[in-house]
Amino acid sequence: MPRLPAPLTLPPEHAASAAASPSDDATADRRRRALRRRRRTESATAWAFVAPSVAVILGLAILPVVWSLLLSFQADDLVTPSRWVGLDNYRALRQDPHFSQAVGNTLKYTAMYVPLSMVLGLGLALALNRRIRFVGLYRTLFFVPFVISATAQGVLFSFILDPQFGAANSLLHHLGISPQGFLTDPGQALFVLVAISLWSGTGFCLVVYLAALQDVPPSLIEAARLDGAGHRHLLRHVVLPTLAPVNLFLVVWQLIESLQVFDLVYVTTKGGPLGSTTVVVYFVWQQAFQNFTAGYGAAAAYVLAVALFVIAAGARALRRRAPGGQEGAAR
Amino acid sequence: MTAASAPPRPVPEDAPAGSGSRPRRRLPFSPWHLALAPLALLFALPLLWLLLSSVMSDAQINRFPPALWPSHLDFSGYRYVLGNAMFPRWFANSLIVSAATVASNLVFGALGGYAFARMRFAGSRLLLVTMLATMAIPFQLTMIPTFLVMKKLGLIDSLGALIVPSLVTPFAVFLLRQFFLSLPRELEEAAWIDGCNRLRVLWSVVLPLSRPALSTVAVLTFLTTWNDLTWPLIAINHDTHYTLQLGLTTFQGLHHTKWSAVMAGNVITVLPVLVAFLAAQKSFIQSITSSGLKG
Repeated sequence: MPRLPAPLTLPPEHAASAAASPSDDATADRRRRALRRRRRTESATAWAFVAPSVAVILGLAILPVVWSLLLSFQADDLVTPSRWVGLDNYRALRQDPHFSQAVGNTLKYTAMYVPLSMVLGLGLALALNRRIRFVGLYRTLFFVPFVISATAQGVLFSFILDPQFGAANSLLHHLGISPQGFLTDPGQALFVLVAISLWSGTGFCLVVYLAALQDVPPSLIEAARLDGAGHRHLLRHVVLPTLAPVNLFLVVWQLIESLQVFDLVYVTTKGGPLGSTTVVVYFVWQQAFQNFTAGYGAAAAYVLAVALFVIAAGARALRRRAPGGQEGAAR
Repeated sequence: MTAASAPPRPVPEDAPAGSGSRPRRRLPFSPWHLALAPLALLFALPLLWLLLSSVMSDAQINRFPPALWPSHLDFSGYRYVLGNAMFPRWFANSLIVSAATVASNLVFGALGGYAFARMRFAGSRLLLVTMLATMAIPFQLTMIPTFLVMKKLGLIDSLGALIVPSLVTPFAVFLLRQFFLSLPRELEEAAWIDGCNRLRVLWSVVLPLSRPALSTVAVLTFLTTWNDLTWPLIAINHDTHYTLQLGLTTFQGLHHTKWSAVMAGNVITVLPVLVAFLAAQKSFIQSITSSGLKG
């Protein structure tokens, strides 16, 4: 879910203006008392309104975060009582070759997926942001894969890329290229996963960029054009700079999405072959729910969470330092 | 944000006035189509293939090289999936979980969002900030304790375990709060003076004006709930409580060679989201870009 800046201005109280009649002290006093009473019942109503949200969010977000931290200092199998082990889990993580492989895979995946999806999305958005026919159709076709679940994508591509029965190898066969292993080849699997994610994720970048491009003030373009800016200059000095906040948003969003990738991996490769697609969240899941070493899994989850937190904090700092004036688009 | 669906303004226009550098021979269509059309085809092809293979027979699929086009329509995959397997059950489960989650997010999100937008109460600021902060918590950090909480509540391996953790998301509360803040206060004041209580004001004045925000919450909640695999995978053991996503991936594992059935199941899994998307495409894309850009 989106990370949101918090414009925390609470509106001034309703009745506050009504109490400002200095004509009669007694009525004013009575009115003030009535107001106070009303505010007290108001407070009770307000709490009743927010109670469900507070219960769910405290119980299933704040509590688990603390619990997770405690778990990461324990040996826990989800069944029997746990045992305090201090920093042992974290120490073990540092020496676990499977964990470092998972971190490496996650970083590789992220380093490919984030820039590629953004560049492809921007390119398509620039191509579609003009007066040509079928813009709506193109946008639909590029965006549709985004609404399809990772499970369905995974099942579909396991089929298309099946080394024996898949359409992909059949096509290659027609072209005279020898059959490929795709998801079953340790050298290819991660790249194939990136390609599948690009298929489904580029549309998101595309629609976000397209919306932002349509928000570039026409007066700005007009002015630049009157000043004699050519096609390329317009793009470089007018259009792209106004996209800066959107870029930042997309970088953070795509980073967070790709560092947390799980469903697609579970459905297609289950981390294999030879651990070549084991990503961090898959590692966490495996530790907690397959090997029943929940404490160890929680420690791995915390390592990832801290990394995500650092990214988010960095992006926040960048946004604050960025030259003002364009905050509108990224909010 | 402007609607993503608004007709695009020509930013760097196709034929910039006065750039008479090269005499161009006019194509009957914009040259951009030469790049866009093949790419669009590439994006559409997997889905087309999904549809085609779901109406092929296994004999056609399981030969080398496999057929790329069905010689005749064969619905045995669908028949298998709807008759012998548990897909109807899983479909119902997914529908129940999604509907319950959407409904409860609308109700609790509206209540909470309204209180945060219009009512003053002790601790409201702190609560709101805390709630916003929880949006940034990655799921894998909370999934192990959430599993333990659900186990304590006795909900593991029931549909309840899938509904309770997402009864209301901070996203729904915050999005609705922002929308309520943008409504003119005078409308509510009139009802307030007529003696309506808060609930009444919310129900008969505020909510009817909040269709766009409510539909955004509904659409995005439905999409995430319907498509989720991670949490059902953790919380559900028995196949009578599977959701479609979980059922589909298990089914694929068990019926590795019955590809027509697997693809038919896949079509059934994708169809509701696809139909919803194509039916309400404009507001769908707008929801995603606006909530994304505001996020």
